[in-house]
Amino acid sequence: MHILAFLIRRAIQAVIVMFVISLVGFSIQDNLGDPLRELVGQSVSEEARDDLREQLGLNDPFFVQYTRFLGNALQGDLGNSYFFKRPALSVILDKFPATFELVLGAVFIFVSLSIPAGIYCAINRDSWLSRIIMSGSIVGISVPVFLTAIGMVWLFGVELGWLPAFGRGDTYELPWGWDTGFLTWDGLSHLILPSITLSSIMLPLFIRLIRAEMMEAMGTEYVRFARAKGLSTRRVRYVHAFRNTLLPVVTVGGLMIGTLIAYTILTETVFQWPGMGFLFLEAVNRVDTPLIIAYIIIVGLIFVVVNTIVDFIYTLINPMVKLPGAKG
Amino acid sequence: MISLKGFLRRFFSDPVAIGAGLVLLVLVLMAVLAPFLAPQNPYDLMQLDIMDSEMPPSWKPGGDPRFWLGTDAQGRGVFSTIMYGTGISLVIGIGAVIVQAVLGVTLGLIAGYKGGWLDSFLMRLADIQLSLSTLMMAIIALALFQAAFDANIYADYAIIMLIMVIGIAEWPKFARTVRSSVLGERKKEYVDAARVIGLPPRKIMWGHILPNTLTPVLVISTIQVAEAIMIEASLSFLGLGMPVDRPSLGSLIRSGFEFIFSGSWWITLYPAIVLVALILALNLLGDWLRDVLNPKLRRGED
Amino acid sequence: MPMLEVQDLHVAFPQGRKSEVEALRGVDLTLEKGERLGVVGESGAGKSMLAFAILNLIAEPGRVSRGRIMFHGQNLLDLSERDIRAVRGNRISMIFQDPMVTLNPVLSIGTQMMETLRAHRRISGAEARRLCIAKLREVAIPSPESRLDAYPHELSGGLRQRVVIAIALLTDPELIIADEPTTALDVTIQAEIMALILKLCRENDVALILITHDLGVVAEATERLMIMYAGKCVETGATGAIINAPHHPYSAGLLRALPQNAARGTRLYQIPGSMPPITALPAGCAYHPRCARATALCKAEIPPLQNGAACFHPLTAPEEVP
Repeated sequence: MHILAFLIRRAIQAVIVMFVISLVGFSIQDNLGDPLRELVGQSVSEEARDDLREQLGLNDPFFVQYTRFLGNALQGDLGNSYFFKRPALSVILDKFPATFELVLGAVFIFVSLSIPAGIYCAINRDSWLSRIIMSGSIVGISVPVFLTAIGMVWLFGVELGWLPAFGRGDTYELPWGWDTGFLTWDGLSHLILPSITLSSIMLPLFIRLIRAEMMEAMGTEYVRFARAKGLSTRRVRYVHAFRNTLLPVVTVGGLMIGTLIAYTILTETVFQWPGMGFLFLEAVNRVDTPLIIAYIIIVGLIFVVVNTIVDFIYTLINPMVKLPGAKG
Repeated sequence: MISLKGFLRRFFSDPVAIGAGLVLLVLVLMAVLAPFLAPQNPYDLMQLDIMDSEMPPSWKPGGDPRFWLGTDAQGRGVFSTIMYGTGISLVIGIGAVIVQAVLGVTLGLIAGYKGGWLDSFLMRLADIQLSLSTLMMAIIALALFQAAFDANIYADYAIIMLIMVIGIAEWPKFARTVRSSVLGERKKEYVDAARVIGLPPRKIMWGHILPNTLTPVLVISTIQVAEAIMIEASLSFLGLGMPVDRPSLGSLIRSGFEFIFSGSWWITLYPAIVLVALILALNLLGDWLRDVLNPKLRRGED
Repeated sequence: MPMLEVQDLHVAFPQGRKSEVEALRGVDLTLEKGERLGVVGESGAGKSMLAFAILNLIAEPGRVSRGRIMFHGQNLLDLSERDIRAVRGNRISMIFQDPMVTLNPVLSIGTQMMETLRAHRRISGAEARRLCIAKLREVAIPSPESRLDAYPHELSGGLRQRVVIAIALLTDPELIIADEPTTALDVTIQAEIMALILKLCRENDVALILITHDLGVVAEATERLMIMYAGKCVETGATGAIINAPHHPYSAGLLRALPQNAARGTRLYQIPGSMPPITALPAGCAYHPRCARATALCKAEIPPLQNGAACFHPLTAPEEVP
């Protein structure tokens, strides 16, 4: 497939997904929030309220109201947060770096551990270490992420007192307004427990996936042929077999983005990590509708962007995508 | 397929399967018999005494023999709330999987048997839904319900909401499995034979193909119950699931979490142990079932 | 000293916890330089097992349980992994059965060719590329320069098998083991590919072990023949001699089953029954349940290979075919 055709197809998909999300966002605003609440108090008479409704266009037909909502949303205006009295979008975006760095830390941990562990377990299927890793992984899958978080806080944060267990610590503001915790020791040490927690749920899944795919690849004819050509064990394993496990791993990785974002909400809650998920739950408890909508739309955008990137990587590493209907 | 006798023999020769089965049996019995066995009824406000709050387990100093595993902040016995909470977690887990299975098996059968645009539409929908993540969808859906409804109304409908949300979000897993085994079954002779003798498609689908797809359905059901219980616990922990006065294991952990640092660790620890044991037992049994019932996945020389 | 001499080769697979079954039950084979040997038998007879055993590539959990594989006087089974790698793909190459699955789908043709060369020769990338293009030209692949950057899925089955042949020949091996090289191909190009393999072997003076279930193919292609049944060699000798006058009833049955040997208008002959799986071999001669000449002796004892045939009651004249 031509690269331009790919981009166009992805853009159309992204537009459809964002359209659905905007509809969801709009119907939340339409049914949940009462815009009058933030404008006027309880004391205003019913007639005055009706006048105001008319002025604000709240009695307009659905389509007109939706178009207005969409127009505003496209300009980045999702209304003011009831609680913070600031534009909801900027409230959410202020918290984006915290969540992003948490996810980055978790991805770094589980990618750098699951690949060697998965390959090791596939190659040394019956060694005691792979048995331990494999039975550990089923235990890991069975522990809810919030329990891992509580255990981490209790053990390393409270009992042993080795690492800070709450908040983000000192951050450093980069010139473009991005608050990073990566540049200070305090920030990094605050990142350790939450990112281990967030990776703990993905790690066993990826170890099992990589092991299964690697074992399948090691049993294929092309790996046998590669060995018959006299290639080194290393080349057979890492170039011939591992390259082929990357495709399904990337696909599943893309599918896990939604789950990963959902788990940031749990992780951030336990560690009081000042990210978007923590903010979202607060907004839910305060019925801060504009913030809820802003969160859903931002999460939808992240989802679309990451999936596009994953698809793009997939096309790059899979030579077969170019020919539709080619056999694997 | 494996005979019942062979199935039981393999079960009783595998210590992991026996252990997981035993744990599950104990937990299910505990939940079912809670009204008869539990020392207190945690729903009966008359039985609660605020003076009993935050008592440590009975063998610790300050413990009370009436409360084996101690009490929570409202003076409820932790052992009793765990018995009732396990029941609620199981009801939601199993209920959600029944919804998933009914939806998924029906849509999977239709997609696999009819094929064509209906099949591609349903499978595309399944793909999108799977990638959106059940937990994420459930969090957003329940957050909206909570924001939209009064807390009392929400509390009354929480069980049904949880079952429906988790059930609807996870149907694609069943649908995909059933669809692929339908595609496999369709090619077989007995389906042709049924068609030749003039059975209507609906009869062929439900009477002939469905029974043959039940093995994979059984295998994923076990894992799915574990997954549903895990999702329910996560939602309840966030305060989006079961309310504190009708707690599931997740809401018990939520209510204990704030006391963990003041030293009342038992309110959190014991429900947590039961929750992990329940999910682990179901996952181990699911893995075991898959190995035993699905010879395709078993590796071996042929 | 022959170039390759396989002696009493046994390959075993574990069955259950303690016992083992044998996929090869004592196979002997000799091959001189430039000689072409056909190995014939039904699927499951152990032909591929023999091929993989020679390169020490038996898939786990199988293993060579007894025997020697002498290559220029050196037992390949004694070599370290590193030393056997210097033989694989270098002095002994293999052509696999199904070209659709032999080549790695995510690596370009050029990568898969050049890595073979560079595993065995110290040459520059440019030199490797030049040699690969030359080999592709030898196997009659059109516009070889552009094919190097292509991926396997962009090539037809026939072209892919030509690539596999080119890879096998890249290092100028002394022996090529071709495991049913045309079975998976379209009927229309089978002869073409077979002719190509033969031509290249003759031109480069490469010895060939041609594994096939088709006696018709080996008749033209090979000088010597080995008929296998249930993990054992049942008859061996000059190709022409066996085809004209088989001694073992099984060889005779195979020959009679060839379509070109059937008289017009008669039913095609078929050997009754089927080959037993290696897990359920009968006592005595493994062929006796299907053999019209079997006696009590055949059911009790395994016949040794004598005068080219492992049979207590060999056929002595072609007319005797059962």
